[in-house]
Amino acid sequence: MRKPLPIVLLAIVLGYGAAGMARAEEEAKTPPHQQWPFEGVFGTYDRAASQRGYQIYKEVCSACHPVKHLYFRDLEELGYTEDQVKGIAAQVQVSDGPNDQGEMFQRPARPSDKIPGPFPNDQAARAANNGALPPDLSLITKAREGGSDYVYALLTGYKDAPAAFKMNPNMYFNEYFAGHQIAMPPPLTQPDQVKYADGTQSTLPQMAHDVVSFLSWSAEPNLDERHRIGFKVILFLLIASGVFYAAKRKIWSRVH
Amino acid sequence: MAVPPASTPASGLSRLVRWIDYRLPVFSLLEHELVVYPTPKNLNYWWNFGSLAGIILVIMIVTGVVLAMHYTPNADLAFDSVERIMRDVNYGWLLRYIHMNGASLFFLIVYIHMFRGLYYGSYKYPRELLWILGVVILLLMVATAFMGYVLPWGQMSYWAATVITNLFSAIPVVGNKIVTLLWGGFTVGNPTLNRFFSLHYLLPFIIVAVVGLHLLALHQHGSNNPLGIDHRGPQDTIPFHPYYTVKDSFGLCVALLVLALFVFYAPNFFTSPDNYIPANPMVTPNHIVPEWYLLPYYAILRSITFDFLGIPSKLLGVLLSLGSLIVLFFVPWLDTSRVRSARFRPVYRWISWILVIDVIALGYVGSQPPAGFVVTLGQVSTFYYYLHFLVLMPLIGKLERPHPLPISIGTAVLEASGQLGAARTAERH
Repeated sequence: MRKPLPIVLLAIVLGYGAAGMARAEEEAKTPPHQQWPFEGVFGTYDRAASQRGYQIYKEVCSACHPVKHLYFRDLEELGYTEDQVKGIAAQVQVSDGPNDQGEMFQRPARPSDKIPGPFPNDQAARAANNGALPPDLSLITKAREGGSDYVYALLTGYKDAPAAFKMNPNMYFNEYFAGHQIAMPPPLTQPDQVKYADGTQSTLPQMAHDVVSFLSWSAEPNLDERHRIGFKVILFLLIASGVFYAAKRKIWSRVH
Repeated sequence: MAVPPASTPASGLSRLVRWIDYRLPVFSLLEHELVVYPTPKNLNYWWNFGSLAGIILVIMIVTGVVLAMHYTPNADLAFDSVERIMRDVNYGWLLRYIHMNGASLFFLIVYIHMFRGLYYGSYKYPRELLWILGVVILLLMVATAFMGYVLPWGQMSYWAATVITNLFSAIPVVGNKIVTLLWGGFTVGNPTLNRFFSLHYLLPFIIVAVVGLHLLALHQHGSNNPLGIDHRGPQDTIPFHPYYTVKDSFGLCVALLVLALFVFYAPNFFTSPDNYIPANPMVTPNHIVPEWYLLPYYAILRSITFDFLGIPSKLLGVLLSLGSLIVLFFVPWLDTSRVRSARFRPVYRWISWILVIDVIALGYVGSQPPAGFVVTLGQVSTFYYYLHFLVLMPLIGKLERPHPLPISIGTAVLEASGQLGAARTAERH
């Protein structure tokens, strides 16, 4: 138990170079930059796109991926009304209890419940996915180099493997994934895979864009407020700097 | 704040102030150390960074205490509790982002503050202990920051804890016992997280205590100054208030502006995305890097790829990495020059800037996978770092011919502003 660790560490710390060179040709492609409305000083999330993204999450992604850190109540931030959120929650059964008889029971979810994932535990998730563990998506855009651009590139980056490339069974070729082999089958495959409630044409780039909007919000739900407060704070500090600089000049004029 | 002279007609408040001050002289102390405190009149903006560091320390403690109210130091709950702070605690995201980015700003400020000390010879007689206390503060900061980085219990937290605590196993005989003690078990786990949290809360208050001693030592002989010559009387100094309170306030606003830009517009700039993945002992991130402010030490650690004089490479790496900080304790005696300020030291002036380049090179090396050119650069930079302190500093002090020093601060300041003639007739201080 104790012996392998220093060896592992030595391999990481000193041997990384060799591994790095060997892997270089399979290095993930840098995801191209996309235009996101939440970038920049005044950037905010696009509520409509995020709602459509939530619909894609619900109908496609949620078959395998949880959003562990989200509650149903959080969806109100996407522009759903309180009643709509109650309705969304009530469609899902969650386990509660124990009741007075000491038994666990199923009941419709409430807005105060966490959005339940598709599997009861990681082992069940692996068993259902050829041994691969579908990661939690609620922080995914912050947990990957490249963030939102990366997730978008990954979703739209599936290709047929080059003839010379040796694929393992149950793996899919994707240039944006480190090693180019990903266990996730292409999740968004054809236009109109999802019938948008608001009538938006669900093309492939549109769906990828929308679901990334949703996931970006879920990773950083306070971004709008952060940008809003930040602008005021910086304005205040700029003025304060100016005032103090003027005061400094005035007071120091007695010395020079 | 000012204690009214006895002749002032006593209002209610000042009578209370005097009543207290007679028994507990806090008001006199503040008056003496923050208001009339005679400060060289020629301090430049490099002298802003000391008070700035003190204020950032307070910001870190205040945000940290509030974060600790919501944080759960348990290996199964820590990651989720941090996410809860980010999502559900009122302004929790703001507190955490200030605390995260404040750490980077704190180190940036302290490194500039230290370079200021090195450049202007602030560690020389009679300020040797002042400098040494500063190095003690840096060591405590490094330990505190490292343990703080572990608390969110993400992938980088976990693996940084594993790599760094494992370094102690390089110590002969007792190494493995120390590692077990640090871990509270046979692997990094819940007991490790618990003791790191406890120490992360404790050490900042020890830093506050050492900062108190640092200030005590500072105020004994007063600030050094860009000329590095002693002040000879009231014509060389000005009271701390209002001159330096207003200058420091301006500096504080600029520093907060920098902090705000990161907190509000690039809050995860300094963090690895891996730390938003919960700790997983079964999966090693393919590139373990510490925070930027620890990269030079990490680079030195990894640069030693060979055994030397029978010392295994790992132990030597640990010794040299720690030694890069320990050597700073001896700087007051390694520098043999009697002139403080690099302004009058034509050679030292250059090598002090080369040291900056060297440390930045080390930082770059620490951030890169150690292969090929990077390894060589790391070894050369490590060698130069020690060469600077152990050879160049003592040697240049002996061989260099410094420029003549000005007679006094007052004359130098007035010469610079071309007012010497006018000022001689109308002395204003």
